[in-house]
Amino acid sequence: MAERKFAWPARAENTLIGKDIPRLDGVAKASGQAKYTADINTAGTLFAKLLTSTLAAGKIKKIDVDAAKKMPGVKAVHLFKKVGDDVRWEGELIVAIAAERAEQADDALKQVQVEYEVQPFFVDEANIVRAAQADRTKGLGKNAKGDVEAALKTAAVVHRGYYGVATISHMCLEPHGSHCEWKGDDLDVHLSTQNVSGTAGQFAEPLGIDAANVTVTSDYEGGGFGSKFQADEWGVACAKMAKEAGKPVRLMLDRATELKVGGTRPSGYVDVTIAANADGEVVAWDSIHWGTAGFGGGGVDVNQLPYPFDFPNRSAAQIGISCNSGPNRAWRAPPHPQLCAMTQTAMDDLAAKLKMGSYEFFKKNLKHTLQNKADVYAAEMEIAAKAIDWKAKWHPHGEGGKGPVKRGLGMALHRWGGGAGPCTCTIKVHPDGSVESFLGSQDIGTGTRTVIAITLAETFGLPLAGVKVNLGSSKYPPSGASGGSITVGGVCGAHRRAGQTALWQIFDKVAEKYKIESADSLVAKGGDILKGKEKVCTWKQACSLLGQMPLEVKGEGPKKDGLTADQVGGVQMVDLSVDTETGLVRIHKFVCVQDCGLILDELTARSQVLGALIMGIAYSLSEERIMDNKTGRYINADLQNYKLPRIGDVGELVAIMYQPDSEYDRGVVGLGEPPVIAPGAAISNAVANATGVRVPVLPFTPKRVLDALKGVHA
Amino acid sequence: MAKRRVVTTTINGRQTEFLCEPRQTLLEVLRDTLDLTGAKEGCANGNCGACTVLMNGRPVDSCLVLGVETEGAVLETIEGVAPVDGLDPIQQAFLENAALQCGICTPGFIMSCKSLLAENSDPTENDIRFYLAGNLCRCTGYDKIVRAVLDAAKKRNAEPAPA
Repeated sequence: MAERKFAWPARAENTLIGKDIPRLDGVAKASGQAKYTADINTAGTLFAKLLTSTLAAGKIKKIDVDAAKKMPGVKAVHLFKKVGDDVRWEGELIVAIAAERAEQADDALKQVQVEYEVQPFFVDEANIVRAAQADRTKGLGKNAKGDVEAALKTAAVVHRGYYGVATISHMCLEPHGSHCEWKGDDLDVHLSTQNVSGTAGQFAEPLGIDAANVTVTSDYEGGGFGSKFQADEWGVACAKMAKEAGKPVRLMLDRATELKVGGTRPSGYVDVTIAANADGEVVAWDSIHWGTAGFGGGGVDVNQLPYPFDFPNRSAAQIGISCNSGPNRAWRAPPHPQLCAMTQTAMDDLAAKLKMGSYEFFKKNLKHTLQNKADVYAAEMEIAAKAIDWKAKWHPHGEGGKGPVKRGLGMALHRWGGGAGPCTCTIKVHPDGSVESFLGSQDIGTGTRTVIAITLAETFGLPLAGVKVNLGSSKYPPSGASGGSITVGGVCGAHRRAGQTALWQIFDKVAEKYKIESADSLVAKGGDILKGKEKVCTWKQACSLLGQMPLEVKGEGPKKDGLTADQVGGVQMVDLSVDTETGLVRIHKFVCVQDCGLILDELTARSQVLGALIMGIAYSLSEERIMDNKTGRYINADLQNYKLPRIGDVGELVAIMYQPDSEYDRGVVGLGEPPVIAPGAAISNAVANATGVRVPVLPFTPKRVLDALKGVHA
Repeated sequence: MAKRRVVTTTINGRQTEFLCEPRQTLLEVLRDTLDLTGAKEGCANGNCGACTVLMNGRPVDSCLVLGVETEGAVLETIEGVAPVDGLDPIQQAFLENAALQCGICTPGFIMSCKSLLAENSDPTENDIRFYLAGNLCRCTGYDKIVRAVLDAAKKRNAEPAPA
């Protein structure tokens, strides 16, 4: 007799879990029917546009919107600032205007008069000396253990280096924004968000209404990457203007404003001293790093450096720089990509100094990785090396060929905590056998709908089409925000629990009706209820025993019952070429071997990895925010000059999911963050391998590569 | 302010008249006037391709075309790609190859793919990467899009020619 406990099916028995299953919302997206926030266009919708600061720093002396209010079509005006307020970065919001037509709002904004008292600014975030001179630095602590000084004295090899990662913007292709419509005292908000359940209150409080009067809806979201957890001041402004105008208003950030205020990832620049014994084992790490998270200072968390290694003697100190630039927001796996690029580049240079191969050096130091995953990393390294043909292609740094185009290999590894996030869901099993689920989660492109449907369909032995997933509304049972790779574990754990609970109740009814001695001997498979291999009844017949009312079961999580887990890792290896005459870096092949526990949908999992590799190539080779030291402006805040890879700019990408039974048995762990962590270090190491020169700061634009080859300090 | 103009076009096979101001883009007309919101606004200056539609069979960034310029034109948007009883092979290939994630760039990519396969029924991987260079994706991982187009071409070519 089977025990009634929450568990995933035995791996060999799965019909859906772990297979390649196309996402359920694919048809809506591929046919243009999916309605994103910017697509909401209810009758009478007004269009809102923004006036933003052209100054990096100043005090507002005058704002005059009288003329703007009289312009044709204008229905509402909102002031984000008043006279006397400070402006702290270029792009900060000043005024919003809602009009009947978008171009009328633009015309009206031209009539707004703003005068500033200009103040000094600072945006030179990589320059710690100038930042100190401008009194923009602040010590943010130190993280140390062991005796670094003593370890350095006895080390066989010591390497000192400088490395860095520039600030990037989230650059969501669907910008931040909302469509707000009042229906009496109730506010309906369509919000481009990663946080459906958590944003209603963020609207209600500043509007002075009850959260119960707010409904937040997000059926589809065009990219967030950690930047869309909030209602935001422009969202609240949209609601206020809708109230003032008595009409629905849509306010989406324009592209430049999206780049300037929609979220950035902090920069990090580090001076490192790292040392190893003669065997190649790292014995000491000593670093000081700086960077900016915007006006508030901040930067890359000192407590996680070095990453993901815990060397026996280490010291890391951090200085934050306050810059007149837009605020940071969580960017996919914060701040692991920077930590990885600041650590494993220095390690790779140390390996070269030891005259050890990168592979052997990293393998030697796996014992120092966090979370006790050395064996998993070793297995993943072996798989990745085979996939990229490391053994045949490897050469010592600087021996990448005789011509101007040099070829090289690089590797890096990563970890992420993840775990299951909070989720409540309600599932209904209807007497006709149909199944539906309700939860206030969101599918931000990661396949949340699909993995929930797989979970329920597998549980009930039904085809995917037999399950309907309803999400994207704050009126459904609350579910956590989608950030930190905790959604899949959260929602699928809760649904498996609810599903099994419902199934057991149905089994009890079947056992009673069909005189089965033990309800626990029953299984649901292929649309039938079976006892052993013998069919007892169909699923529909079983559900008809419910009577007229659907069976409703609540699912909750997270729980420590083995359905979900945390902690994942992966290894990435890249094969690339560097043109030493043009500075152009070209990826030939990029391999990621990734573990993430039990995989519900292999197709979607690989898709996440491949997408992460592209984002990694972007911040490694081309993507960065460029601030102008003379004007304090973000000078490449458009898609022509904010350089993202195009479809011809990436090489062959290979995603290999590492899932032996030991991983399957761990339960579900999320995957969104981890594969985006290691590309920076891996690509940097491959460039160093190709050329014998370390290009210190990512992204490796042709200029940075050529400067490094000429010996110019970054 | 310039007077509004009446423009007559054919959109997805149906003759369509709309009223627009001379400065309104085709993208604004499609999305805000005709409620054809499949074409997305990503940048509004022709750099991302999210608003790609076909105008007289050629792909255009609809954010760079004025509504009045489409007088007499034949337009095709993502809403007109699928046959009544299912999906176009390109759309099906995007699904099967997981060539879409958040999906915001997908309509633009599919329209460009449609134009590519109309011009070149058997494109190489290089042909695809060259032709789709105007379409930007932030999260999908372009590789799957290339696979999807190769798949779609293969399936189309395997279909018997119409009698």
